[in-house]
Amino acid sequence: MSIFDLFRKQRSAPMARERLQVLLAHERASTSSDLVAVLREEILAVIAKHVDLDSDRVKIKVDREETFSMLEIDVEIPLDASLKAA
Amino acid sequence: MGKVIVVTSGKGGVGKTTSSAALGAALAQKGEKVVVVDFDVGLRNLDLVMGAERRVVYDIVNVIQGDAKLPQALIRDKRLETLFLLPASQTRDKDALTPEGVETVITELRRVFDWVICDSPAGIERGATLAMRHADIAVVVTNPEVSSVRDSDRIIGLLDAKTLKAERGERMEKHLLLTRYDPLRAERGDMLKVDDVLEILSIPLIGIIPESMDVLRASNIGAPVTLADARSAPAQAYFDAARRLCGEALPITVPGEKRGLFGKIFGRKAA
Repeated sequence: MSIFDLFRKQRSAPMARERLQVLLAHERASTSSDLVAVLREEILAVIAKHVDLDSDRVKIKVDREETFSMLEIDVEIPLDASLKAA
Repeated sequence: MGKVIVVTSGKGGVGKTTSSAALGAALAQKGEKVVVVDFDVGLRNLDLVMGAERRVVYDIVNVIQGDAKLPQALIRDKRLETLFLLPASQTRDKDALTPEGVETVITELRRVFDWVICDSPAGIERGATLAMRHADIAVVVTNPEVSSVRDSDRIIGLLDAKTLKAERGERMEKHLLLTRYDPLRAERGDMLKVDDVLEILSIPLIGIIPESMDVLRASNIGAPVTLADARSAPAQAYFDAARRLCGEALPITVPGEKRGLFGKIFGRKAA
């Protein structure tokens, strides 16, 4: 640590930006929860018809962009999941 | 048919009322016929900021409850012929605003004025949701500060869900008005930059209002800042924002960012 570091305060704006990004990603997912929750249940039901699946392994996220929202669906299927007869 | 704008933010104290008055006056200074409507029932302040506090006889609640006709409640600005104010009531409780009553008032105003500017109260309760309900355009007022940005994000979500436009499946036009911006502090890394806020909120920018003594001075004398000192930096920024609302494609400048030595010595006035 140089002596100059003693006088230099940490820039706070990058921290504000990062905290907001993390928080808002979370809050957006929970406030648009009606849609997300319904989608999650229905998608889960469809996949569960064909594959044995842990309900925690389905992640659904909505990201807002300027002119559209991005729906991200992340389904983790374990290797040993037994396929149900199609 | 006039356009309805809601000036909203979620958080209090970020400059909704100042911006409603300044944008309203700036549009009227261009010759547009404008009414600014105070939705903050119980805590009205638009009358004070516009210097009309002693001329309030009837208010929006009187109109909704049928105690007065709309033209009786409208106050014409003393300086600008085409600028009008519809005050909120100071005494009644906020439940006095009914969805049907607000709809009737807005419909009538839209017929007469080019612009109906709805100054929303802080929060996400009844007054705020009614203020945004009929809007065609939303101006989201935000300070470069974490709590304001978070609340604006919440309001953007409501604009996309709880307005008539949203319910009809149409897209609400939303604009960010960044207020109390200090380019020097942002440059030093001690304040969120314009681009940071834009990236987080993802709505287009309509103006950057610099932090300035002129804004306080204007409210002290009871005049929208565009009337109090039309050449000041915040007034210029509001004029530009008003032109963008009218559809002009002006480049956005960060006020006072390129300040040379002269500007540093003479400060704000030279900026």
